Amino acid sequence: MESMVEFVNVSKTYKNGFQPVKSLSFRVQRGEFLVLIGPSGCGKTTTLKMINRLIPHTSGTITVNGKNIAKQNTVELRRNIGYVIQQIGLFPHYTIEDNIALVPALKGWDRRKIRQRVEELLHLVGLDPAVFAKRYPKELSGGQQQRVGVARAMAADPELVLMDEPFGALDPITREQLQDEFLRLQKELGKTVIFVTHDMDEAIRMGDRIAILKDGELLQLDTPERLLTHPVHGFVEQFIGKNRIFQNPELLPVTEVMRSDPATIYPHRSPERAITYMRQRRTDTLLCIDEQGKLLGIISGYDLQGDSARIRTVSEIMKPAEPVLPIDATAKDALVKISESRFGVIPIVNEHGKLSGIVTRGSLISVLAGRWKDEEGGVVS
Amino acid sequence: MNRRSLWEQIVQQLEARHADLGLAVLQHIKLVAISMGIAIAIGVALGIAVSRVKKLEGPVIGTASTLQTIPSLALLGFMIPFFGIGELPSIIALFLYSLLPIIRNTHTGITNVDKSVIEAASGMGMTDAQILFRIQLPLAFSVIMAGIRTSAVINVGTATLAAFIGAGGLGDFIFLGISRSMDALVLIGAVPAALLALLLDFVLARLERAVTPKGLKI
Ligand SMILES: Nc1ncnc2c1ncn2[C@@H]1O[C@H](COP(=O)(O)OP(=O)(O)OP(=O)(O)O)[C@@H](O)[C@H]1O
Ligand SMILES: [Mg+2]
Repeated sequence: MESMVEFVNVSKTYKNGFQPVKSLSFRVQRGEFLVLIGPSGCGKTTTLKMINRLIPHTSGTITVNGKNIAKQNTVELRRNIGYVIQQIGLFPHYTIEDNIALVPALKGWDRRKIRQRVEELLHLVGLDPAVFAKRYPKELSGGQQQRVGVARAMAADPELVLMDEPFGALDPITREQLQDEFLRLQKELGKTVIFVTHDMDEAIRMGDRIAILKDGELLQLDTPERLLTHPVHGFVEQFIGKNRIFQNPELLPVTEVMRSDPATIYPHRSPERAITYMRQRRTDTLLCIDEQGKLLGIISGYDLQGDSARIRTVSEIMKPAEPVLPIDATAKDALVKISESRFGVIPIVNEHGKLSGIVTRGSLISVLAGRWKDEEGGVVS
Repeated sequence: MNRRSLWEQIVQQLEARHADLGLAVLQHIKLVAISMGIAIAIGVALGIAVSRVKKLEGPVIGTASTLQTIPSLALLGFMIPFFGIGELPSIIALFLYSLLPIIRNTHTGITNVDKSVIEAASGMGMTDAQILFRIQLPLAFSVIMAGIRTSAVINVGTATLAAFIGAGGLGDFIFLGISRSMDALVLIGAVPAALLALLLDFVLARLERAVTPKGLKI
């Protein structure tokens, strides 16, 4: 896929010789949500502002939409890139409507089209045009103002949107709300977003990929999953925080919390044999599989106790295995589904329906709790 | 001289000189209007220049401040060797004397506009001129107006001294009154001058309110 933004050996050197950004190279795909994160002063804002030339880079090449930005008209470039900042920066003497209409007006759209667009955008960011269009920024709450900030950045339908800690000044509840809404909007509209934050939770929540910067250098650029499970650098691991992954079970593969040696039985076995095997394995459920290892159903110890005299093979008391999770599910899926499970277990199957393992309440708790213990004991798991 | 006779004198002088007084008021207004008009145009322009080019700040504001420290009468006197006497040197002196508050307030008003507003504006692709005329000047408007009002009030007062170098105006009555020891004449010049200053300040304040964008009044 063609990249929307590309940095090739980009540096920024100030006159005093200070280099906040050092030979940065990366690509951002079309439609991708890239988060820039790192400690204060690491060059996040500088990197972002070099893209719309609010800060001119001093060496290397930045390409936006296939074109070298140094060879473009700056004003033109900026009008085609959305820009949202933490301080919002709405024009206090413009109505909400006029604030949002700014870039379309600069681009010379006709009035009717602008009005329509403003209304559409206000709806999009969850503000009723009848209530808010004619108001002034001071008459809005911080959260509402930033919604307008987002609407304004989207006004001329730019393909690329740059955001510098846009939700940083909002209270936690409003912030989460805006994060969710914006993410939905971004996916819906297919925008490419480069988003600066210093909040790791926000980064993991929002980013398709996360770039970790330190002292103007890119340490790692990866998906949240890869970053959490395979940090390439001690600093990355430390910066992310070891516990983070267990606060984000959606990023932990289900294979990490499953047992790969489930107690299984063929359907034609006798109930006596099943009971003996259960005692041996200290379990109260058996997973029924065929010769190919395909999952057929589940046998519960309770049914077995009650009906063992009446039946000849376990297939007669086999229940459908519900729920089942695929091998690429996450620990979060398991946490959610386990409460729906009649027997307190979730069989895990591969793409061919073959049994790969089992998640039980016990395996979930012992794995998650075990990691915490490792952490306390200072042992890296 | 008691009150009653002062009052009688005033009435008597007004009867004799009301036509002259009318002309003097008009002349006074003319001096103020022309010098203020030029001071506003040049003061605002210099204020803008100073706020954009840091290097100009020291010399321009320094010069205007120095001009302001010269006693007004002395400044009028300085004009005589260059421009002689009459209206022209008076207007030039009044203009120079009115510059500082306008330059300073324009500069302060523009530089005090919220940085994030300017950043958002240029980040979205407004040109420098658009930022100046659509953002900075409207947002700095009330501060600039405050400077203009200060200048205008000083200007009306200083314009009474222009009579010294033959520019006429209400100062004529005041100086005539002083030289003839006629308090009534002094008052006939001074009271309208004071009223003119108050009136001008009031009108400019109303104008400021009327023109201030609604979003800033909330
Ligand atoms: N005009 C300038 N001249 C010299 N150094 C500068 C200038 N502007 C910024 N810097 C420095 O560049 C470095 C990077 O700044 P930048 O704003 O990109 O940091 P950041 O990662 O966004 O930090 P934060 O999380 O605090 O916003 C900082 O050390 C900063 O002091
Ligand atoms: Mg920053």
